[in-house]
Amino acid sequence: MTTQADRSPQLGETYFEGVFHRMHGDRTALIGTAIILILLLSALLAPVITTYDPVKQNLNEMLSSPTFKHPLGTDRYGRDLLTRIIYGGRYALMIGVGVVIIQMAIGVSLGLTAGYYGGIVESIIMRLTDVMLSIPSIVLAMTIAGFLGGGVQNVIIAVGAIGWRDYTRLVRAEVLSTKERTFVEAARAVGCGHLRIMICHILPHIVAPVIAYSALAAGVAILWAAALSFLGLGAQPPTPEWGAMLADGREDMREAWWIATFPGLAIMLVVLGFNFFGDALRNALDPKMYKAKRIS
Amino acid sequence: MLKYVLRRLLVLIPVLFLVTILISSLIYFSPGDPVRVMLGLRAQEEAVVTIRAELGLDKPYYIRYLNWLSNAARGNLGRSLQRNEKVMDLIRERLPATLEMTLFAVLIALVVAIPVGIISATHADTFIDNILSFFSLFWVSMPGFWIAIVAVLLLSMHWGIFPISGRGGPLWTAKGLHYLALPGLILGIRQVAIISRLIRVSMLEILNEDYIRTARSKGLAEWKVVCKHALRNAMIPTVTIFGVQLPELMSLGVIIETVFAWPGTGRMLVDAVLKRDYTLVQGIVLVYALLVILMSLLVDLLYGYIDPRIKRE
Repeated sequence: MTTQADRSPQLGETYFEGVFHRMHGDRTALIGTAIILILLLSALLAPVITTYDPVKQNLNEMLSSPTFKHPLGTDRYGRDLLTRIIYGGRYALMIGVGVVIIQMAIGVSLGLTAGYYGGIVESIIMRLTDVMLSIPSIVLAMTIAGFLGGGVQNVIIAVGAIGWRDYTRLVRAEVLSTKERTFVEAARAVGCGHLRIMICHILPHIVAPVIAYSALAAGVAILWAAALSFLGLGAQPPTPEWGAMLADGREDMREAWWIATFPGLAIMLVVLGFNFFGDALRNALDPKMYKAKRIS
Repeated sequence: MLKYVLRRLLVLIPVLFLVTILISSLIYFSPGDPVRVMLGLRAQEEAVVTIRAELGLDKPYYIRYLNWLSNAARGNLGRSLQRNEKVMDLIRERLPATLEMTLFAVLIALVVAIPVGIISATHADTFIDNILSFFSLFWVSMPGFWIAIVAVLLLSMHWGIFPISGRGGPLWTAKGLHYLALPGLILGIRQVAIISRLIRVSMLEILNEDYIRTARSKGLAEWKVVCKHALRNAMIPTVTIFGVQLPELMSLGVIIETVFAWPGTGRMLVDAVLKRDYTLVQGIVLVYALLVILMSLLVDLLYGYIDPRIKRE
């Protein structure tokens, strides 16, 4: 471990150099980044890494336990499990990114509006978030996904349509403290409109915590989407989506423990990666918090 | 105190109102003609018309909402479209099982999380603390349904300690408890992982406060300092996070119920969504929302009890 002194802000260092330095010295950040990079690469290079097809059945090799040829075994239809998990990474990424974009778009604009205008607008928006909080998330997500008709795309919509509430609360709180600052007053004094102040002056100032939260939100989104697929409301077989694979493997649990075990491990690793990365990013983006954490 | 309770209740009314709008709109926003989706392609025209009239889908939206609301307020949630039974009866039949599991999980969460959090805080940055941190981080990252599957595989199928699935009877019977133990534990331990971390953080902050130093310097036993002076203050943020986590606990409950074939409302909801039983789905979602609102009210009251400053505001 390096000491505290060489990671505190250096003279002449820009903010982002400082962020990079702090991330660099954080072991969990490195692990998180590594997991996310591996996921990205394996999703991109899936056909290069494995020669098997994720969907094509091979009935000669049904339920083969992990061997040299099939490191994680095969499922009921003789499909290589490792291949399916690698291709499943594509869905995980797609879900993580898609959901976060939807949540961010809704949550940030509502939060900005609520925090900036205050008054009745704020009350209405915050009551709306209370409503979203008062229905258990999976209950609402599965209802929406189910009524839309299942499939990966609808899962992204369903999860995205619900998780924005946390963005709204986060952004509103940040805006409340930012809008009292002198540069906002200055912008108003030179005659900027409300929209311009919100987007050009306040938004850049609150973007850091939003990004850090997004890494955590992507992890949560992957968990929820997997749960929906597991319940049969998301990706449908033979899609190699991890939650759907788990649901599939459950039926063969007695004979083949590996089918229901490895996709779960994959979900866990990826979510852990996003959690590590998000936590480290949050600490690195906020030097004050970083110091506080080191001291405690 | 009464004033405080009333004020909390008043805040809940607009939320409840919006929740009912959202729930009653669920059918409205589902794509396609829900009645045709429900009855299938070869449905007879009269049947379509009858069901549509029964659901009130031939009326304008606001009339539908008002009808639904006035019926729901009188405890009439309509008939299930697939089972031909009253939604209220179906829910009444299943709700005890769900409440039982939730209550069990909440108890586990509190009974385990508080000591674990205290131990982590008083032994901060030692081996024990690191092990507990590591465990909770992993546990939070694991999908709940996967933990359930692996637990069934090992504990039920392999070693035969717990039954594989189903409910054995009411909570207070030995058989009921035996069936409840595994799903209840899995549901509860996830909350332990989250809540114990939070107790740790707030305890660490509080243990550095001046009044703790005062308590120590006047010669109080360490356990008294920790459990009486520090814990009560650490409970304030804990109760808050507990209120936030309750809906999440019920979310996971739905999934756990499905894995363990637990005869509760969660599993019935999954079934109803898959079969597009719109009235049943509406009814169950409403019950879940009411439960969460009721529990958040309880949490608020608890909050007022733990921190007397809040009541006086």
